[in-house]
Amino acid sequence: MGKEFNKVLYDLDSFVYGKSLYPVKLKNGLEIGGGLILPELNFTLPNMLFNESTFPKVIEQYRSIIDEACKRAVELSVPGFVAEVELLPDATYRPEWGIEITKVVREVMYEYEQKHQLKSGLRLTPVDIREDLNSEHMWHGEFWDKIMRIFEEGAKAGADFLSIESIGGKDVHDEAIMYCNIKQSIFGLGVLGCMDMKRLWGSITEIAEKTGTVSAGDTACGFANTAMVLADRGYIPKVFAAVIRVLAVVRSLVAYEEGAVGPHKDCGYEGVYIKAITGTPISMEGKTSACAHLSPVGNIAAAVADLWSNESVQNLKLLGGMAPTVYMEQLAYDCRLMNTATKKGHSAVLLLRDLLTDSDSYYDPQAYVLRPDVVLKLSAEILKGKDHFERTKLAGLAAIRVLREAYENKEVLISEREVPWLDMLQNEIESIPADVNVFTQEMIEGNTSAKFEPKKYDL
Amino acid sequence: MQELLNKIAIGIEKGNKKAVLEDVQAALDANIKVESIMNDGLIKGMEELGAKWKRNEVFVPEVLIAARTLTAALEAIKPILAQQGVKPKGKAVIGTVKGDLHDIGKNLVKMMMVGAGFEVVDLGVDVSEAKFIEALEENQPDILLLSALLTTTMPQQKAVIDAITAAQLRDKVKIMVGGAPVTQEFADEIGADAYTQDAASAAERAVKFVS
Repeated sequence: MGKEFNKVLYDLDSFVYGKSLYPVKLKNGLEIGGGLILPELNFTLPNMLFNESTFPKVIEQYRSIIDEACKRAVELSVPGFVAEVELLPDATYRPEWGIEITKVVREVMYEYEQKHQLKSGLRLTPVDIREDLNSEHMWHGEFWDKIMRIFEEGAKAGADFLSIESIGGKDVHDEAIMYCNIKQSIFGLGVLGCMDMKRLWGSITEIAEKTGTVSAGDTACGFANTAMVLADRGYIPKVFAAVIRVLAVVRSLVAYEEGAVGPHKDCGYEGVYIKAITGTPISMEGKTSACAHLSPVGNIAAAVADLWSNESVQNLKLLGGMAPTVYMEQLAYDCRLMNTATKKGHSAVLLLRDLLTDSDSYYDPQAYVLRPDVVLKLSAEILKGKDHFERTKLAGLAAIRVLREAYENKEVLISEREVPWLDMLQNEIESIPADVNVFTQEMIEGNTSAKFEPKKYDL
Repeated sequence: MQELLNKIAIGIEKGNKKAVLEDVQAALDANIKVESIMNDGLIKGMEELGAKWKRNEVFVPEVLIAARTLTAALEAIKPILAQQGVKPKGKAVIGTVKGDLHDIGKNLVKMMMVGAGFEVVDLGVDVSEAKFIEALEENQPDILLLSALLTTTMPQQKAVIDAITAAQLRDKVKIMVGGAPVTQEFADEIGADAYTQDAASAAERAVKFVS
């Protein structure tokens, strides 16, 4: 580990939205986690081809999206916001495209800052194209170089926050989710994922330091959100998805051990644990991300958020305007309500936080593990582990224990057919050897995922 | 004979590979027709599990483990099936279109198709029009399944269909499309034969095409 995190930094009374122990402040004065919760707007292209001949249209799409969203933000007196450019694969395979998009979007944001004093920051998130089967290695080669080039030149083109949905360990974890194989999950997240995060975030932080930008943080989207979506469809048990969410904490924490300072990325719901452990600000998404995917955490996700996001919306025309503009409006009103509660005093903040929490946490185990009190309790259990591997196992066991107790106390709704899964998952985790090298060897020898190549991780 | 076939079906439902392989061998030793072993044992077990899946009695992992067991059993009897001219329910080619690296949805559809008795050729992700055409020519499938998860790769499904039409292969294969942003309207617009919302209904629709 680089920087070490060994204790939970909040008590329940101080663990609230809009305020973090270590806010992040940009040169233009935009502050995340300094007392206000702010919108983070995310958007994507409508159904269209992305290639050389359509690139001018692509650029025009991005320009008009951000222009109209900024205009709406000014109209609604938004005190500041973050826009996320989550690059599409084409714009990562061709870094010059991704860099140009970043430049165009940021220029519009600068214009609104100068003309209308609308403070904003741009989060740049390339696609982790190392998932491409042609990628020869996780930490060097053409695909790694392209990602790093986008970070470096994107930072120079105006990006403020550097983020990625990294995929180290996903090559085994995709199969783990489909088969609900918790040992394979722990290998993907607690071994391969952590190994990769260490290398990746060490490099991203170096670029951030060199370019004067912010090493913001990752998300276990490809792991825990994939599980969440499959659970929502009834494909896998919700308790499995809830446990995966907690397992993902240790893996996402590695970015902070390697120098990230937040805000953690919106779709990483494990961010609430990151905030509890690191004191850095986080972005979250809930009911306002229904445009992108279902979730059982629409309200509770906002309980301790510092940025409030919509995940991603296509640039389509709705009756109220273009969809990203409409979402800016929704985010703005959510944040305005929460910030008004903050002005009323701490008791109003706690009341609103608890309403957001209690309105969701009974209905789904995935929501239950995001309860602020549960987050603080589980974080303390996770930090008892001496390394990433042990922490990941402890995360799984503690999450299972907490869910079982909550079910017995009728604090969470778990369907009858899911209850035996808690025992099955626990037994599986308890059968994992204590030595990470023994476990790694066992998982490599028994590997059934065609996508996993140990040599890409120097194994 | 029926008892042994039922045992095979139950073994498939439970995903017990070792037991199924032993029981299949026992059935062969007892001179039970290989076609009967396949249809009344292996596929029957999958169909019963599929019915449980529809009634929300089991989760996908249980179905996938059963499908894996089925694949292993079919592999074991493949030479005999070929020798006796017994064919699978149908043949399918599947892949995620060019520019798209997502494969969980595609893999779920693939396993559901295997479970429904199809032989499936998986081309993987980021598959070009040329690769799809090459696979159609080589495998001559009944069904081609195209997956896309991004709004910017959906149009690639149309590009594949257009390329297949240009290669004069369009009337030789049924084309099914799927993926989070894909709709029935889009499927109609690009000339696909079918769109389904999820993996289980994709397999059901595919069965109708070959029945």
